[in-house]
Amino acid sequence: MELHINNQTYDVSLKAGQSLLSALRDELHLTGSKYGCGEGQCGACTVLLDGIPMRSCIYPALSAAGRKITTIEGLAKDDQLHPVQQAFLEKEALQCGYCTSGMIMSAVALLKKNPAPSRQEIITFMNGNICRCGTYNRIVDAITLASTKLNGKDHE
Amino acid sequence: MNNTSTLNRRHFFKLLGSGIAVAVVLPGWMIAPKETADGPTDLASWIHIGENGKVTIFTGKVEVGQNIRTSLAQVVAEELRVSVETIHMIMGDTDLTPYDRGTFGSLTTPTMSPILRKAAAATRELLIEMAAEKWKVAANELSAEEGKIWHKKSGKSADFASLVNGKQLLRTLREEEPVTPSENWKIIGKNVHKINGKDFVTGRHVYTSDMSLPGMYYGKILRPGAWNSTLVAADTREAEAMPGVWVVKDGNFVGVVATSPDLANQALSTLKAEWKTPAQTSHREIFTHLSEKAESGGGRSKNESGSVIQGMTEADIRQKQIYQLHYIAHAPLEPRAALAQWEGDKLTVWTGTQRPFGVRTELAQLFQIAEEKIRVIMPDTGSGYGGKHSGEAALEAARLAKMTGKPVKIVWTREEEFTWAYFRPAGVMEVSAGIKKDGTLTAWEFHNYNSGGSGIRPLYNIPHQLTEYHPSESPLRQGSYRALASTANHFARESQIDELARSIFMDPLKFRLKNLSDERLLAVIKAVAEKFGWEGKELPANHGKGIACGFDKGGYVATCAEVSVNPVSGQLSVLRIVQAFECGAIINPEHLHSQVEGAIVQGLGGALFEAIQFEEGRILNPFFSGYRVPRFSDIPPIEIVLLDRRDLPSAGAGETPIVGVAPAIGNAIRDAAGIRLMTLPLVPDGVVKRDE
Repeated sequence: MELHINNQTYDVSLKAGQSLLSALRDELHLTGSKYGCGEGQCGACTVLLDGIPMRSCIYPALSAAGRKITTIEGLAKDDQLHPVQQAFLEKEALQCGYCTSGMIMSAVALLKKNPAPSRQEIITFMNGNICRCGTYNRIVDAITLASTKLNGKDHE
Repeated sequence: MNNTSTLNRRHFFKLLGSGIAVAVVLPGWMIAPKETADGPTDLASWIHIGENGKVTIFTGKVEVGQNIRTSLAQVVAEELRVSVETIHMIMGDTDLTPYDRGTFGSLTTPTMSPILRKAAAATRELLIEMAAEKWKVAANELSAEEGKIWHKKSGKSADFASLVNGKQLLRTLREEEPVTPSENWKIIGKNVHKINGKDFVTGRHVYTSDMSLPGMYYGKILRPGAWNSTLVAADTREAEAMPGVWVVKDGNFVGVVATSPDLANQALSTLKAEWKTPAQTSHREIFTHLSEKAESGGGRSKNESGSVIQGMTEADIRQKQIYQLHYIAHAPLEPRAALAQWEGDKLTVWTGTQRPFGVRTELAQLFQIAEEKIRVIMPDTGSGYGGKHSGEAALEAARLAKMTGKPVKIVWTREEEFTWAYFRPAGVMEVSAGIKKDGTLTAWEFHNYNSGGSGIRPLYNIPHQLTEYHPSESPLRQGSYRALASTANHFARESQIDELARSIFMDPLKFRLKNLSDERLLAVIKAVAEKFGWEGKELPANHGKGIACGFDKGGYVATCAEVSVNPVSGQLSVLRIVQAFECGAIINPEHLHSQVEGAIVQGLGGALFEAIQFEEGRILNPFFSGYRVPRFSDIPPIEIVLLDRRDLPSAGAGETPIVGVAPAIGNAIRDAAGIRLMTLPLVPDGVVKRDE
């Protein structure tokens, strides 16, 4: 079975019922996506499927075949951080960092859909991602900052 | 230059290889007895500068998101006059770092940070002495700046590497080392970004759960149906017949090892076991249970002054009230994980724990081997909040690895983490108090059953007082938690103070100011009241404001909350939290702000809706779908005032900022709806209802 991840094609043998998260982590050693709950409740495993955020812990790997998968590992280009990653650093929007991959992937999906979200729109979209360290307000600030930067770039 | 024992010296240089130049070693007197009660006392922290000039810091403290990797590096960089980026930190590795009792109790900043600071200052002076000798000039003509030693008179400079030049030196720390006074700080007190932050935002950081070794297998443990169960019989034949699966049985311990995690899960699901479980208390009877099973006789942490009976006699108004709180879970987003590898009789375990040396002891006891044969390594971990003091996954992985002869990794599921870790204790607090008509406190009697004694003593001026903690029998496994019992004790105390003020129609802020004289506490109260706009604040109908204050672990906190309670539905909305915090000199304002903010958010969960439900030894809500934690939509605007006291030593900040949240909100609910809630969580269903 072929999986298209971060613009690369991986040949991987998948078992029936295997989650996409398990395929990424255990078969391909792409460990940036995290296990947090296994029931799609915390968002630590969030990846993009054709640009749509998905909970990879409950998404069957077989169903991801033929689709464009983006994980946290595929976000920075040639060590150039994505504006959302840069904004998370600037706003110190992480403590232990375990939720960060999922937060960033969800935020990237949000900004793709809505390049200039209001605070309330960010909260509504991100509400499925848990940060136990409590950096929520910082994450909202980081997404707002990234939005400003991205939009600035668009107008150049 | 004093030498410490040759053994330590040899050990140190052996570990670090050739080119080691400078090491700073601590004498025993430096270390608080508390820190080293069960460990060696001669080596507590090491700084060394390699031939290449690279600065390496060794500390047994660990990083769980509180950003001590950054703050400790800042302190060292300040004293060595180098940039933070040039510092390499080795943390929580039992073979490489000096013994450390653990990362808890907000102790890193008040205990480790000053040691490293002195050690760095001593290293700087040592480098200056070396340069003075080399250039044949007086040491007082030299200075350290920008990673070099300078002789300004002659314009000479030398970088650390050229001074070090392959020498192997040890230097024992003196009681007084020339640390930089706060008015000259250039790095301490500044916002330095998380030093390895880029690894986290790119997904490159390797947590224990991300690790793998060649030929590694995956382990799963057969869990009992309930706490306190004993295994009657286990049928493991089906799993044993599966290719690529091994079954390990040892009394109550049954585990499977497989070549992939999916196969391990599959094998686990084929195990059939019969357990015997005794009748056990549920969350519904927990408060009666804890009160009844409390240790008879005198309590612990007992503190008495004056005579409560006399104080009550002098009082015009007397009140007695019982407060209680449920068990809650830490729910760190990275569940327990460990990777264990045996090489001959040497065991190496990577695991996320706040006590790597404690886990090494647990392993040594389990396998009956010397601690020197065991190395525990703690990669920066997906949080702890006091919930990872123990080494369950490490022990399980090491057992399975020993029995199969392969490296084995275990990652707990969310359900396992919610069920088989340990909980913040439930508790019952009985408060009796007396005041005069003018609001003067005369008597205070406070008993805490089961939850603990931290933060139990009031800072209020009360001539007649008695505070006591009574251990009880907990039906669930309980342990540490961010600020532990301080939350319970502050909730009960600050709620009661509010009621006392109300009983004489006195403003709760004025009541506090009248009965307090601790200047640091008064400063945070005044700061929060000003920021919140307490005085003269006109609130809309059904809105309320609440204030609470407290002290613990060297930190002073005051919190204000504004809430609204829908008069028809009872629906609660927390509209605003304002908090002032002071913990001495601030090392990194942005990271301190983040800790305070994180504590407030975590405090919101325990204050409003987090509670573990259990029955007959079973956890009934061991999932994020059943155990509600704060999410984006739960977070009100949070405003934080940090008071920087550069004249005072820095205290830790991970815990105390949590204690004011619950009472401030409870007091605001009382103000808005006229209802005093006496149980945490206050509104499990989001609705304000009178306690039954």
